[in-house]
Amino acid sequence: MSNIPTELKYVKSHEWVKTLPDGSVLIGITDHAQAALGDLVFVETPKVGRKLTAGDACAVVESVKAASDVYAPISGEVLDTNPKLVEAPELLNTEPYESGWLWKMQPSNTAELAALLDAAGYAAALAAE
Amino acid sequence: MLKQTALHAEHCALGAKLVDFAGWDMPIQYTSQLDEHHAVRQSAGMFDVAHMSAVDLHGPRTREFLRYLLANDVAKLKTPGKALYSCMLNPQGGVIDDLIVYFVDESWFRLVVNAGTTEKDLAWLRQQAPAFDVEIRHRADLGILALQGPEARAKLAPLLAPAFAEQVLSLAPFNAAWSGDFFVGRTGYTGEDGFELIVTQAELVTIWQQLLAAGVKPCGLGARDTLRLEAGMNLYGQDMDDTVSPLEAGLAWTVAFNPEDRQFIGRPVLETQRSGPPRRSLGLVLEGRGVLRAHMPVRASNGVVGETTSGGFAPTMKGSIAFARVPNNAVGPFEVEIRGQWLPTQETKLPFVRNGKVLASK
Repeated sequence: MSNIPTELKYVKSHEWVKTLPDGSVLIGITDHAQAALGDLVFVETPKVGRKLTAGDACAVVESVKAASDVYAPISGEVLDTNPKLVEAPELLNTEPYESGWLWKMQPSNTAELAALLDAAGYAAALAAE
Repeated sequence: MLKQTALHAEHCALGAKLVDFAGWDMPIQYTSQLDEHHAVRQSAGMFDVAHMSAVDLHGPRTREFLRYLLANDVAKLKTPGKALYSCMLNPQGGVIDDLIVYFVDESWFRLVVNAGTTEKDLAWLRQQAPAFDVEIRHRADLGILALQGPEARAKLAPLLAPAFAEQVLSLAPFNAAWSGDFFVGRTGYTGEDGFELIVTQAELVTIWQQLLAAGVKPCGLGARDTLRLEAGMNLYGQDMDDTVSPLEAGLAWTVAFNPEDRQFIGRPVLETQRSGPPRRSLGLVLEGRGVLRAHMPVRASNGVVGETTSGGFAPTMKGSIAFARVPNNAVGPFEVEIRGQWLPTQETKLPFVRNGKVLASK
């Protein structure tokens, strides 16, 4: 069974969203996603300052097996990307919800945040796959 | 319905991730493909390759038949147990399959052929063999296990009867020894020392379990692919096929043009390519970050284009490498297009890695 922390929000395409105290959010891929992809060896994150629309394919994670798109779960501007992933992409495998975060963004539409899946909703989506 | 090897239950018990490979339900990885890769480079790993086939050829004219059938020359096999890597060509000079042939005795040679090509190979063999009165026996009763890595010898020897162990430990690379139906070749597909065991299906399970108990890491087809890529070894169906000649696939070293009067299937076409085939294969190392994959466009400095045939992350090198096929007049350096961006590479002699050491410069 994959780990689905209850304090995070999710989208069906296997990204998670963590709201920080200042209202910005961190984005990453779920434990289920990293396990399905296998050992991750390269990450391409969106440029800081890029304005994303929910659903945009804006990052790429490459495992030993294949390259996979990562989609923006919500709309907003990219504030930062995780510098550790350049040297240590394996953090996506080992700590997908902590040091393996992909990018930080400022949501432009809080209504989108409210519409994200909670842990139970994501678990149900996984079960239906 | 996918076919299963005798080790299928072992894979399931180990929690392997299984995939369809050439119609077989095979493990692509057990835990981590990277860990499996490193185990083979640093200690020992084992692979279920029982989806591949052993095909025995019998008859007093078997050597004569193989000298006509194969692009490499089995006349090089002078002592029993000696092995040779060769392509089997069609009359157009394309590769029907690449295989290893073992010389058992003067009326018995053994081929080991790929899984996805077994039926095609058997059909071709049955078409060619009657003229030489050679009998073809597909040894579906046997299974193949590859034990690879610097500790392979130390792991295998204690499991064998002492006299046979001594024989196996004294094998030179590309030589085999056998005891009844237990056949051990010092060959492999990883660039490391090791063995390929061809044994009965029951023995296959026993030896797998014994090696597992001895601490040998089970490795999937994923690690097998990155290991062979680093080792500069072609994968049939990906780096060459029926439409590619061995000279175009970086396998000129496996084509025996000498003696000049040996006729073999495909030779007339290869003769026309001897001074320069239409295309050639090369090894590329990506200079920056990213991962090269198969079928990415390749651009030479003089503008001609080709594509990568295999590519991936090279765990031993912590970078990315590929094989590419380009027109023969292509001049380096070469760039590869990844998601719309042309990235610089270095052309490199193969192999990239051998016996745990990186030979290619990044």
